[in-house]
This record gives sequence, C-alpha cells and structure tokens, in this order.
Amino acid sequence: MSMPFYVPPEQQMKDRADFARKGIARGRALVGVQFDQGILLVAENPSSTLRKVSEIYDRIAFAGVGKYNEFDQLRQAGVRAADLTGYQYSRLDVDARSLANQYAQIMGQIFTHDSKPLEVEILVAEVGLTADEDRLFHILYDGTVMDETNFSVLGGDAEAISERMSSNFESGCNLSGALKCALAALAGADRQLSADDLEVATLQRGNGRRCFTRVVDADVASLLA
Amino acid sequence: MHLFSPDNNPGSSFVNLLTAVGVHAPAPESKIDVPHATTCVALRYADGVLMAGDRRATAGNLISHRGMEKVVQADNYSGVAIAGAAGPAMEMIRLFQLQLEHYEKMEGKQLSLEGKANQLSMMVRGNLPAAMQGLAVVPIFGGFDLLDGTGRLWDYDVTGGRYEEREFVATGSGSLHAGTVVKVGWRTDMGRDAAVALACRSLWEAADADSATGGPDALRGIYPIVATITSAGWQSVDDAELAGVFQSIASEVQAR
Repeated sequence: MSMPFYVPPEQQMKDRADFARKGIARGRALVGVQFDQGILLVAENPSSTLRKVSEIYDRIAFAGVGKYNEFDQLRQAGVRAADLTGYQYSRLDVDARSLANQYAQIMGQIFTHDSKPLEVEILVAEVGLTADEDRLFHILYDGTVMDETNFSVLGGDAEAISERMSSNFESGCNLSGALKCALAALAGADRQLSADDLEVATLQRGNGRRCFTRVVDADVASLLA
Repeated sequence: MHLFSPDNNPGSSFVNLLTAVGVHAPAPESKIDVPHATTCVALRYADGVLMAGDRRATAGNLISHRGMEKVVQADNYSGVAIAGAAGPAMEMIRLFQLQLEHYEKMEGKQLSLEGKANQLSMMVRGNLPAAMQGLAVVPIFGGFDLLDGTGRLWDYDVTGGRYEEREFVATGSGSLHAGTVVKVGWRTDMGRDAAVALACRSLWEAADADSATGGPDALRGIYPIVATITSAGWQSVDDAELAGVFQSIASEVQAR
C-alpha cells in the first residue's frame, strides 16, 4: 500500500489559496459602489443571460466573480436562506450580516475540507434606510469576510481597479457619477468599455419593498452620456 | 444555509424547499370550527380583470373579524381572492406570494400567468386533507397575461380542480347572490368604472341576503377590497372612491 506524502498544513493552505486565486484572476472584475440613493453594482459581463449580479431579498443583492456554476450555487443558497428566514420569522429579520456569516462558514468549510476550494469571490450588498446603514460584505474563497465602506472590488486585477476607484470615488455622488467612476476603474487607461460589455443593477432606497433593479443597456448608455 | 447536491435539490419551488428542510404544518385529525372568510367576485373587463371581496370573517353565527383582506396582490400582475377557512387561506396566500417571488429570484424571470395558476392549483390540492376536516380553501386567481395582453381568471375547487373563466366568477357563502348580480350586469368590454360599480353592487346584494357577508361599514370606514389588474399592474381602488360608489347604490335603493 502506498502512503501519501506528508504535506505540511501551511503548504496545503497556500496551495489551495493559490489555486483559488488563479481561478478567480482569470475572470473579469466587478465593482459595488455607493451612490446617494443606494448601491450600484457593475460587472464586466458580455453575456446578457448568465448573470453575475442578482437579487437575494428586499434590500439585499448578490454579486459573484469566478467560476459561474460555483457562485450561482451560492446565490441560490442565499435566496433560499433569505426566503426561509423571512417566511419563518419576518421580512425584517433578513439581513446581509447574517447571510454573509453563513456564506463565510460554507466557503471556509469547503476551503479546508473539500478536495478543491471554491474559485469564487462574492459580494453581499444591502441598502439601508439611510446611507450610513448601507453594507458591502466582500467574502473571499476561503471564507474571509470584509465589511467594506464606499466601494468594493472583486475579481481579476482587483488591486489596480481598487486604486483607480479610490482616486476617483466621491462620496454622495449620483447614479450617473457612480457609474462613470466604476466604468473608468474597470476599464483602466487603455481600454474602452460600452454599455453592452456591462451588467448593471442597483439597490435603491425608496424603490418600494423590493429595492433591486436591473439597469438595461439603453439606460446604462444614457447614464454614461 | 443549505447547499443541496444535484440529486436532492428542491429546484425553484419554495414549497419543495420547505419540505426538504422539514418546515410544514400537519393537517388536523378531526373536524374543527374556525373563522371563515366569505364572498369574493372577479370579472374580466376591457383593460384586464377586477377582483373584489367583502371584509367579514365569521365563526359560526359570530363575526370574528370586520377588516379581513381576502383579495390580495400575489405579484405585480396577479392577485388572489380567497373564501373558506381564514387561517389556512391566509397561510396559502402568504406561501403563494412567496412561491412566485422565490421562483422569480431563483430563475431570474417570472412564471407565466398560466404557470402561476397551475402552481395555486397544486397548493389547493395539497390542502385537501385539511379540507376534509372542514378547513377548505377555495381561491380565485386573476391576472394580466403579458404574453397575450389580456386579463385572465381562474377558479378552483377543493381538490385543486382549475377552471378558466371567460366572463366572471364568484366564490364563498354569498356567491349565489353576488354571482347573479354580476351575471345580469356583465357586458363584454365594460369600462373600468362600470366594472367597479358592478362588483360593488354584487357585494352589496350578497351582504343584503347572506349573514356571513359584510356590507360597506360607513360607521367604521371599512369598505370591501376592490382592485384592478391591467397592463399597468395591480391597482387597488381607494376607499374614497368606494364610499362614493356605495353612496350612490344606497341612494338608488332608498329611492325604490
């Protein structure tokens, strides 16, 4: 019988993290950014049917980058968890913090115990009643949760995009301003992105019970004009 | 949070999800007496469909609630009106609303109107064991079909039987009277105001002849729920307008 080679846990974790990071870096990036009426989510996504950004609950949205089947499975788990909580308790008892924690546990568990870590990063965004209560939870492949303010960048080339975001971002800007800022950050200096390359959605205060809205290409183009 | 493997995945159905995670209510074992909700009507008119229902719930010969809402929005383009045991009826509406929203979020698009009607049929059928114990729930489902641009109506029986109606439908204890009034007054391509007046008149007559149906309660300011579903979506008719409609019915009855 052959014995498996001993691999120290440090090395094992590093290998897994490298593997996951490589998978994520291959995909295109996504930005979640605050504007005066809520949160804007912009993903670079040429497909108009395979979504990276979607609705989880009344005030909560989900965005994922990396391997589609993996983050879509997480999205579905989130919708189920939120709808179950809302059904068993009340709609007011569903919040992003609790969802982010549940995601972190699942992703952490898979990272350490499964044969392959998830090659995804996700964002759980919640629009509050006021701008101070807006939440952006960025969760990594290993279950690390980051509670980010103003904006959050996920996916390949995230560091460079984050830098461009922090130099362009103005707090309290309107939807069009936030969209232009996110687009400039995603594209960088030597690329041009148009409305059809993007998937755009908002979580908007004062939009009724369900705050999530997809922004269609025509509206994206007019916001960018 | 649950992650399901492909072979035990409950799919886009919220009801299947409840079963998968073990949240469901058992049917009662013996016959029990509970509050009942009464008359609802729905009719097709030029712009779509109109649904209306009185506000009374009764337990035996007593009035248990004066302000019950039996006509409820299911989603942007559809509504449910329910007669029968109030508790299971309200629970069924809540589950139905959630089911439509859950499907929409899971799949990224809404169910077709026909799909929604079938879904409700399965829920009514699921309630059959409880119906045998006296907890029958008999809904009407109406909505605006965005695919063919018309309003459509369905009624159900306790076994989940689903019947599409071309003109109008009435359900509940006062349905004989309400249905007759609508039947006599109904015309193809009625305008919105005529449809509102006819539905109000039918509830008035049902309340006049059936003790379990509540009439307009001007003293407390409680009026039936009346709503239209058109290409513009669900719109409820406000109390001020209903007060005017019932006032004119009352003066007409007085002048007879």
